[in-house]
Amino acid sequence: MAQSTKKSLTPSSVADIRQAELQYFKETQKKKTKRYKKVRLSRSLWGDVILLLFLLAFGAFSAYPLLFTITNSLKGLDEIFVFPPRLFPRNITFDNFVDLFNLIGNTQIPISRYFVNTLTITLFGTAGHVLFASLAAYPLAKRRFPGRHLINQLVVYSLMFSAAVTAIPSYMIISWFGLIDTQAAIIIPAFGFTLGLFLMRQFMNVIPDELLEASKIDGANEYQTFFLVVMPLVKPAWLTLIILLFQQLWGTDGGNYIFTENLKPLSYALRQIVAGGVARTGTAAAVTVIMLVVPIGVFIFNQTKMLDTMAHSGLK
Amino acid sequence: MVTKALNPSPSKRVSTWTLMKRNKIYYSMIAPFMLIFITFTVIPVLMSFVLSFTSFDMLQPPKFIGLSNYINLFLNDDVFLIALKNTLILAIITGPISYLMAFVFAWLINELPPKIRWLLVLIFYAPSISGSAYLLWLLIFSSDMYGILNATLMNLSIINTPILWLESPKYALTILIIVQLWLSLGVSFLAFIAGLQTVDRTLFEAGAIDGIKNRWQELWYITLPQMKSQLMFGAVMQITNALGIGMVSISLLGFPSVEYSGHTIVTHLLDFGSTNSTRLEMGYASAIATILFVLMLGANLLVQKLIRRVGT
Repeated sequence: MAQSTKKSLTPSSVADIRQAELQYFKETQKKKTKRYKKVRLSRSLWGDVILLLFLLAFGAFSAYPLLFTITNSLKGLDEIFVFPPRLFPRNITFDNFVDLFNLIGNTQIPISRYFVNTLTITLFGTAGHVLFASLAAYPLAKRRFPGRHLINQLVVYSLMFSAAVTAIPSYMIISWFGLIDTQAAIIIPAFGFTLGLFLMRQFMNVIPDELLEASKIDGANEYQTFFLVVMPLVKPAWLTLIILLFQQLWGTDGGNYIFTENLKPLSYALRQIVAGGVARTGTAAAVTVIMLVVPIGVFIFNQTKMLDTMAHSGLK
Repeated sequence: MVTKALNPSPSKRVSTWTLMKRNKIYYSMIAPFMLIFITFTVIPVLMSFVLSFTSFDMLQPPKFIGLSNYINLFLNDDVFLIALKNTLILAIITGPISYLMAFVFAWLINELPPKIRWLLVLIFYAPSISGSAYLLWLLIFSSDMYGILNATLMNLSIINTPILWLESPKYALTILIIVQLWLSLGVSFLAFIAGLQTVDRTLFEAGAIDGIKNRWQELWYITLPQMKSQLMFGAVMQITNALGIGMVSISLLGFPSVEYSGHTIVTHLLDFGSTNSTRLEMGYASAIATILFVLMLGANLLVQKLIRRVGT
């Protein structure tokens, strides 16, 4: 870090910092892999077998409903009603997905509308949350100022009760702001999701102070430090926040907040289709698959990063 | 002047103020989040508490009625007592089981080779991440002979006629427990896996030399004490979820469920506090919310105390 004592934030000094970060993370990574090396002591074969069976049994319980829905969505109507039910289809067909898009004729609103609504809510809600939560997490983790301790404490307490507790007053507040029957009624409260702030703060706690000092010496103000140094470092954390918010928002059905059919999200449509009875079983499976694919897809690609973040999730 | 009289050391006040002014950039950074957090979390909790002492239908201004709401809840509202009982049963069963499950699976998975570990984490975590996909349990517990469970049981000749799973009060809690457990390997599960990965493995060797004989001793004496903070975080998540069961009940068992068999504090709250409800009574609903708040916070703080003792 010797060169980084220049007085201005030139591109080269930013590059220096990046270099240092990279070095730092490579080193910690190396340490980690060394630590993970399998040490198998105090183990009995008998225990291994029992525990493995137990694991497989629960794995089946966990996967079966999802797997069944996925295969159901690929079955023709005749095969869905085969008695007894089969897990795997003989003839794979995409009719259910086609039907889904043909439901346009039966309802006034095409399924794509619901899809766009869910997408809008999820994207805006997630983006806003990640930005606001990281922006707030940085001073809460790394800087000292009056009120910091109180806020950190409040955030931890807020993890200890669910949204149901605040549902009624939140509804009133949202209606005072005139946000009822708009998607903002779901998007804006999502910005303040405290689990995200908590995880982000915990993750930022481990950023080495020297890195922030270096950036300060380079003449960066706090916002520049945040966007140029901190944010690139906490990428695993924002991916985690994205996944968590996805999980929250992707499944929202608009609840009490959205009345206009045009604005309702996909989950609502799914509920209606499932309620449509046996004849819709195939299409219901198809909608569920669409609902599933996105969050699970996001998780598949980011599992390692999410685990990186969760390693710092501990409550003291 | 009053503040000065209340505060005997004005110099400290001034210094706090200057500190705040000096750090105003940090306040600007936390402001957007805090504004929303205060508006949609802090103020609602306080409002809920205040409104719980009033009668309020959102049309006329709230009227102070003292403890009447609480007295009515516990003495005159049989359905609330059912809801309270159901909530406690569900929480006492799903809370500890889901917590143990999350930990045990994380612990078992952690020993497997990375590729298999990756796959199992995905499988176990998928249900909780998939939004409202728990609706597919409707198909499994569907009451006709095409319902997956009915069809399977009939095929194995265990039963002859389809069972009305979702319509019979006696199955309601069991179904909720099963679905809740299916959904329960969430954030805490990931926290545990991550926590286990940071446990210092050299300690295991040291432990083996010091006479640790099996994996259970290793778990209790070495692993658990090292991941106490993740254990606490996981407990918070699981307790809050276990006491907050409501949407699953509404989606699977209907609202209200048959004979209130799946009624919980959350559904009872929605019964009085949602605008779709015919009996809009915000004061009463706020009293329910306040009870839920106290229950959740109390359970969490109690369990935190217990977990601090792990490994000692």
